[in-house]
Amino acid sequence: MYLIDQLEEGLDKTVKKLMLGNEAVARGLYEAGCCVVSSYPGTPSTEITEYASKYDDIYCEWAPNEKVALEVAIGAAFAGKRSFCAMKHVGLNVAADPLFTVSYTGIHAGLVIGVADDPGMHSSQNEQDSRHYAIASKIPMLEPADSAQAIAFVKLAYEISERFDTPVLLRMCTRISHSQSVVETAERVEPQTKPYQKNPSKYVMMPGNAKNRHVVVEQRTKDLIAFAEDTQANSVEINQSKIGIVTSGTCYQYVKEVFEDRVNILKVGMVNPLPEKLILDFAAQSEELYVVEELDPILENHCRCLGLDVIGKELFPMTDEFSQNLVAEKFNVDVPESVAFLQDVPVRPPVMCAGCPHRGLFYTLNKQKVTVSGDIGCYTLGAQAPLSAIDMCVCMGASVSGLHGFNKALGKEAQTKTVAVIGDSTFIHSGVTGLINIAYNATNSTVIILDNSITGMTGHQQNPTTGYTIKGDPATKIDLEALCHAVGIERVRIVDPYDLKECDRVLKEELAAEQPSVIISRRPCVLLKYVKTAPSLMVQKDKCKSCKSCMKLGCPAISIKDGKAFVDSALCVGCKLCESLCPFDAFESITK
Amino acid sequence: MNKTINIMIVGVGGQGSLLASRLLGNVLLNEGFDVKVSEVHGMSQRGGSVVTYVRFGEKVYSPVIDKGQADYIISFEKLEAARWMSYLKKDGKIIVNTQEIDPMPVIVGAANYPEQIIEQMEQLGVCVIPIDAFHLAEQAGSVKAVNLVLMGVLSKYLQFEPEVWEKAMLECIPEKFLELNQKAFALGKCHN
Repeated sequence: MYLIDQLEEGLDKTVKKLMLGNEAVARGLYEAGCCVVSSYPGTPSTEITEYASKYDDIYCEWAPNEKVALEVAIGAAFAGKRSFCAMKHVGLNVAADPLFTVSYTGIHAGLVIGVADDPGMHSSQNEQDSRHYAIASKIPMLEPADSAQAIAFVKLAYEISERFDTPVLLRMCTRISHSQSVVETAERVEPQTKPYQKNPSKYVMMPGNAKNRHVVVEQRTKDLIAFAEDTQANSVEINQSKIGIVTSGTCYQYVKEVFEDRVNILKVGMVNPLPEKLILDFAAQSEELYVVEELDPILENHCRCLGLDVIGKELFPMTDEFSQNLVAEKFNVDVPESVAFLQDVPVRPPVMCAGCPHRGLFYTLNKQKVTVSGDIGCYTLGAQAPLSAIDMCVCMGASVSGLHGFNKALGKEAQTKTVAVIGDSTFIHSGVTGLINIAYNATNSTVIILDNSITGMTGHQQNPTTGYTIKGDPATKIDLEALCHAVGIERVRIVDPYDLKECDRVLKEELAAEQPSVIISRRPCVLLKYVKTAPSLMVQKDKCKSCKSCMKLGCPAISIKDGKAFVDSALCVGCKLCESLCPFDAFESITK
Repeated sequence: MNKTINIMIVGVGGQGSLLASRLLGNVLLNEGFDVKVSEVHGMSQRGGSVVTYVRFGEKVYSPVIDKGQADYIISFEKLEAARWMSYLKKDGKIIVNTQEIDPMPVIVGAANYPEQIIEQMEQLGVCVIPIDAFHLAEQAGSVKAVNLVLMGVLSKYLQFEPEVWEKAMLECIPEKFLELNQKAFALGKCHN
C-alpha cells in the first residue's frame, strides 16, 4: 500500500511521470470531473479504484459486488454526476444484468464502465473476452494501448457517453493495467451540473417504454459507427508496405516492436462498434491483410463481414497472451537466440503465506477427507499439495450454492462428508444468496466462512465485514453470525484456525449435525499491519525424528534439511501449527 | 528490433521487486528516457515466481521482454535465475542473489533444488555476477533490503550519475526506511 500512499502528494499538478495503467485511468477520471466511483476489487482492475480514492474530489466506495457497483454508478449518472465503476472480466458477468438495460435507458451525466481482461490468466479462472459484452449489450467500447492513452480514452469515453446518451465500456487488460508508462497530467475540469429530470419513458424500463428505447439504441449504434469512421481513437499508419495489420491494445505494441514503421497499421482504439469505410479503405492500401488480436476473433470477424480476405486466427492462437516474439515468429521475422538452463527447474507456484489463518482449517479438511466445494480467493491455493483440500472452484459464490446441489444430488450420505469454503468478502459478494437457498430448500450442508477480516487475494481491500470504508474510515460492520441466523441457519460456530484440535472437533460435530450449519473460521490475515506476529520457531534437531508430520501443513517456512525439519526464521511468524502437530515436541520458540 | 535496453527483475513474491522496479523506473524517467515497467500483481505474489520487465530507450513499444532480449536480469533468488535465464540476450549479464528459497515442490520432496546453478550457467557461456545480497542487506540493517542491494549492483553497470539514484530513492522510499535502504544500495554498489 505504501506505493499508493507515497503518491498522495503531488497528485494534482505533476507534469510528466510514470503511471501504472490503472493509476492513469484514475487520473483520467479525476481530470474528466468524475464524481462517483463504485467498484468491487478484482485483479487486474483493483488499483483503478484504489488510486481514484486518493482524490478527494471523487467519492469512492467498495461495493459488495459488481452488480451493486454498476447500479450505484448508474444511479449517480441518472442523478446528473459523471460516474464510473471498475471490475475484472468475470465481474462483468455479475454486472451483466444492469449492463444490458442501462444500454436502453442511456445516461444523464456520463457513465463509464472499466473492465479489465486477463489474457494468460495471471490471476483469473477463465480467459473470456469482454468485447463480446460490448457487442451484445450494444455499448461502445474503447481500448487504450498504454497509460497516456488510458487517460485520454477515459476523457473521450465521457464525451462519447454524453454526446450519444450511452454508457461506455473501457477495456483494459493485464499488460495495460499493470504496466507503467509515461504520461502527462492535466488539471481537473469540473463538469457542469446536470439537474435531475424525471423522465419515466426513458428511465423506467417496462415493455412499453423499452420497446421505444430499443429503437433508439439501434439508431445510436448507427450514429456510433459513423463516429467510429473518423474518431481520433482509431489511427492509420501507412508505410508503403504490402502488409497491412489491423490490431488494438497491447497487440499494437507487439506489432510495433517487431515492425516499427515497416508495415501499414490500423490501430483500433474504439473496438465497438467498429468502423466500416475506414477498414475497407485501409485494406485497399495493402496487398495482404492481417488481424493481430489476443483472445477471440472480434476484429477479424468484422473484417470478414465486410467481405475482406484476412489472415487472423488461422495464424494466431485464441489462447494465452501474445508477445513480440510470438508476433515475429508468425510473420517469419527472426527472433533473438536464447540459451536455456539445461536441468529441469522446479516450478514455483504461489503458496499460502507462512502463518496464513486458512492453513489450519485446510489441514483439518484434508485430515477428515471431506469433499470441499471451493471459491475464489487466496484460499483457492488450498487446492495444491500437500493440503489438497479443494475439490472444485467455479466462480464467486459457487462454493455455497454448488455444495447444496452436490448434496441434493447425492442425498443424506453426502451431507456428512462435504463442506463449502468461502472467504468473508466472497461470502458477502454472492455466497449469502447460496446460504439462503441452503436454509430455504433444506440440505444439512456445512458452510465454512474463512473470515480473515479483509479481501486478501486482491491486496487487502476493505469490505462490509471489516468495519472500514475504502478510505479507512469507520463503517457499519456486518455481524456474520447474526446474518447467518437471520437467513435461517440455527447452528453457527466460531473457531480459531490456529487451534487444530478445536477445528477438528467442531468440524466433526457440524458434519454430523442434522441441520444446516455455518462454521466461521476467524483470524485476521497475517499480512495485515495491525496483526502482531510471534517469534519464529526453531527445530531442536535431537528431538526431530524426521516423521514429517509438520510437512503436511505445506508451510513455506518449513523444509527438510539434512533429514530433519528446518524452520526459515525469516518467513516464520510463530503460528505454532507445526508445534501442535509435532509428536516429539521438537519445535520451540526462539526467545531473545 | 529497436535499440531499447531491457532489464528483468525476477524473484519470489514478497521479496520487494515492485519497489526495485519503481525505483529504477524513476531513475530512467529522470534521465529523460521513454520507459515502460510491467509488473504482475495478484495471485503470483503469494510466494510464487514473479517477474518485472523494465524497458527504456528513445521509444518503447512492448511492455514486456521476450526470450533472448534482456540486457540485464537481476535475480533476487538463485533458482529464479535459472528459470529466467533464457530471456537473456547473447551478451547480457545476469546479477544473481545467491540466496536459496525452496519452492513448494522442493519443500514437499517432489523435486530437488538444482545444484551448482551458477557454475552451470557459466558453462553455458552466460555472464553471471553472483552476490550474497541477503547478508549485505542484513548488514545494512534488514534482510528486506535485498532489493536495494541489487539495485546498487545494477547501478555500476548503468552508469548514471549517483545523484539520479539518490533522487529516485527520495521519491520512492518512505523517510523512515530511507537510511537503511541508502546503506543497502551503497553496499551493493561497492560489491566486486
